[in-house]
Amino acid sequence: MTGPSIEPKAHSHGLGDIPFSKLATHGSFDVNDFPVPNGREEEWRFTPVRRLKGLHDGTAVAGGADKLDIDAPEGVTVETVGRGDARLGTAGFPADRVIAQAYTSFEEATIVTVAKGKALEQPVVINREAQGGTRFDQYVIDVEPLAEAIVVLNQTGTGIRAGSVDIHVAEGARLTLISVQDWDRDAVDVSQHNAQVAKDATFKSIVVTLGGDLVRLSPKVAYKGRGANAELHGLYFTGDGQHHEHRSLIDHNMSNTRSRVEYKGALSGKGAHGVWIGDVIIGEGTTGTDSYEHNRNLQLTDETRVDSVPNLEIFTGEVEGAGHAAASGRLDDIHLFYLRSRGIPEDEARRLVIRGYFLELINRIPVGELREGIMDKVERKLAEHE
Amino acid sequence: MTKFEIRGLRADVLIGENERQEILKGVDLTINSGETHAIMGPNGSGKSTLAYAIAGHPRYEITEGEVLIDGENILDMSVDERARAGVFLAMQYPVEVPGVSMSNFLRSSVTAVRGEAPKLRQFSKELQGAMKDLSIDSAFAARGVNEGFSGGEKKRHEILQLELLKPKVAILDETDSGLDVDALKVVSEGVNRAKADGEMGVMLITHYTRILNYVKPDFVHVFAQGRIAESGGPELADVLEADGYERFVKVGA
Repeated sequence: MTGPSIEPKAHSHGLGDIPFSKLATHGSFDVNDFPVPNGREEEWRFTPVRRLKGLHDGTAVAGGADKLDIDAPEGVTVETVGRGDARLGTAGFPADRVIAQAYTSFEEATIVTVAKGKALEQPVVINREAQGGTRFDQYVIDVEPLAEAIVVLNQTGTGIRAGSVDIHVAEGARLTLISVQDWDRDAVDVSQHNAQVAKDATFKSIVVTLGGDLVRLSPKVAYKGRGANAELHGLYFTGDGQHHEHRSLIDHNMSNTRSRVEYKGALSGKGAHGVWIGDVIIGEGTTGTDSYEHNRNLQLTDETRVDSVPNLEIFTGEVEGAGHAAASGRLDDIHLFYLRSRGIPEDEARRLVIRGYFLELINRIPVGELREGIMDKVERKLAEHE
Repeated sequence: MTKFEIRGLRADVLIGENERQEILKGVDLTINSGETHAIMGPNGSGKSTLAYAIAGHPRYEITEGEVLIDGENILDMSVDERARAGVFLAMQYPVEVPGVSMSNFLRSSVTAVRGEAPKLRQFSKELQGAMKDLSIDSAFAARGVNEGFSGGEKKRHEILQLELLKPKVAILDETDSGLDVDALKVVSEGVNRAKADGEMGVMLITHYTRILNYVKPDFVHVFAQGRIAESGGPELADVLEADGYERFVKVGA
């Protein structure tokens, strides 16, 4: 385990003290290294800290339970381990106080290992049902060299939850992680996904956030070798009074690495708040980085709020591609016009366009059964807002 | 037998919040079922505006006049009601609607226009046949509406919709533009199939006479400066082919 490093990481550039990355590749495993946030700090300014129910100031005390049901095909090992296990905390620092609190306070962790060279024919499904109270967790997903796996983390129920998912995708391996935040309406969930993607490995993250009162999820990617590829896709449907915040960080610390970030949300109802922060760092001395990030928000009603902030920091002149785009707005009236000009009534045309907006992303999910399961959840949520 | 009448139609294009410009300056035209009317004219004369205004495009506003289908003013109808009343617009630039599959879209559309959902197997057979007639690969049914289609593929799909929806009046807005001769033939054959039973009137908007070799017009109208400047039979197209639009551009310019 590495020592604390909550100061911004300096990039020695030969031009004096700056530039250095302002983005959070730093952090600490110790909650005491972070001051209690008041909501004005850069990393907390979009989050309603009062609704964190004490996760941020030490007053949320562990005591809640999860019902965990893991369906693992042959070639997969599932272990429950204690704090001392050497495989914990190896994929990245907690970037904020809540995640550090979870690391400081958790009692047991779940480790899922996909054996070397094993190409799973069935997905690993982790059904996690929170049964109230506060709970801190650590998950590790370790995909060994040349293995291929789909892991589904299906999260339901209620409670106050914080923790990390550490992800290792070893050389030449492929992992698709589908993380579904289908919490009950009053749940609070703050989590960080730390992915380490090795040479010629591919990591795909598909995040689907529908439930909860407050969900703040920070997927982070770092590379361990050339030819590594990461694709982060996200879908959120944020209803009345819900806060859904996604903060991705891609650290192109190696040459010849690729990343795609695509997050799409829809918001409906008073006080629905969506936040997307997309940080990308293209490190000093690297070449051949190919990176693109993209956030879209569909504001279906008035009184919804969107904060969409792409941050791109480039410390090299040798970039293959780097770009970002963000757009928020109403349903496109030209889309509706086209469908209606073919006789389709307005309300049905709206439904088709909204579903299409999400299907574009859901269609990237590799297994038909999983796609349908997720579309069903989205349908249920949509039905509440029509 | 359907009578489609455009009477004294004036329309503005909405440019910005407080900016608009009058494009249609009093259009009169009557199309009976079975008739094909070619609307020809220079670029910028308002041909496409006429098509969009009739269909109810949100960027255009009709300020005067009426558009009647068997005496009923479709301007009182919403966009989708106009389509269900039997007006079809094949667009010059068909819209991409991401994530909505072509087959799902076509089934919704056919259900709405015919007033009842077609039987799934029957519809799938009908769709496959119509696609084959237009040399459209069956894989397109699973793709998003016009998503990533080439210009020619989009035009074929417009005619596919025309054939499935069987409107009373078809407005074809520069359906020929950007097509090579082979694609033009395929698309023209589709139009000819749709009008073969004599139940459909066609307003064929085009800049070039080329498509008129494949879809024979009964009447040719020259559109200039927001109105019909001259009308005649098919021979007028030959005059335009030889002389161009120069004479119409000059008038009042």
